[in-house]
Amino acid sequence: MTVTAVRKAPQRLTLTVEAEFDASVERIWQLWADPRQLERWWGPPTYPATFTKHDLAPGSRVEYHMTGPAGDQPHGYWDVLEVEPPRRILFRAGCANAHGTPHTDMPISTIRVGIEEVAQGRTRMSIESVFPSIEAMEQVLAMGTEEGQSQAVSQIDAILAEETSSARSRGEPL
Amino acid sequence: MVVSVQIAPPDFDPVFAALADHTRRDIVRRAISAEEGVLELASHYPMSFAAVQKHVAVLERAGLITKQRIGRRKVVRTNPEALLVARRLLDQYEELWRARIDRMNELIAETAGAIDTVETKESKR
Repeated sequence: MTVTAVRKAPQRLTLTVEAEFDASVERIWQLWADPRQLERWWGPPTYPATFTKHDLAPGSRVEYHMTGPAGDQPHGYWDVLEVEPPRRILFRAGCANAHGTPHTDMPISTIRVGIEEVAQGRTRMSIESVFPSIEAMEQVLAMGTEEGQSQAVSQIDAILAEETSSARSRGEPL
Repeated sequence: MVVSVQIAPPDFDPVFAALADHTRRDIVRRAISAEEGVLELASHYPMSFAAVQKHVAVLERAGLITKQRIGRRKVVRTNPEALLVARRLLDQYEELWRARIDRMNELIAETAGAIDTVETKESKR
């Protein structure tokens, strides 16, 4: 199992995922720094991502879109805040319209990526995502999933139905 | 007032708005232990009692907290059900990153294999 730790703080709307890879720090950095590699993992196979602008430098904006099975193309961007190759990236991720213009009224999440060597040839990557609101989280989740936007709304309904119909406790997946 | 048992779906917009503010998220965090009243809560923040009272009112309207009477005191208590919604969304977000990490692994294995092949070819020369 690659994922070594998952920490959730619902009241802070924060999720931290840690994973370890049998690869060098430089190799993991390339997954982020090389847009052609980024495209291979950012979107699911049903919604592959295309990065049209990618310069990991503070103050620059990374732009991408995803292409869905029906030809729909949700756009997204990162505003790069801090970069320290090959160890650290801090960026704000958001959604954009078809021309790549950010939806400024839409809350955005802040993502902090950390890459460090834990042993020879073994590297830990941590990804901390902080959301300003539940809406922002829904936005991220709805983007690049086959269910799309409307599903995010019906998910809330499903959660509520489940909450009221049962007191089922949920096991922590690890 | 009991808001934890709700059959009809509550209006979620106030929940979104309430959790978007840093001070209010902090109040929600503190009120999990349900030990403090509004006055005690107010002592944690560099703002007026009235301002904190307003934040508490927003959270109460959103169903995120309730005021509970314990003896002669009234304490502020977080409503865990409201937080559960945020929790479920975090679960989904976790799945999104797990899938991405799986794809990263596949990519690493693929390129490592390609390098091995090149090295094998070169060593055979």
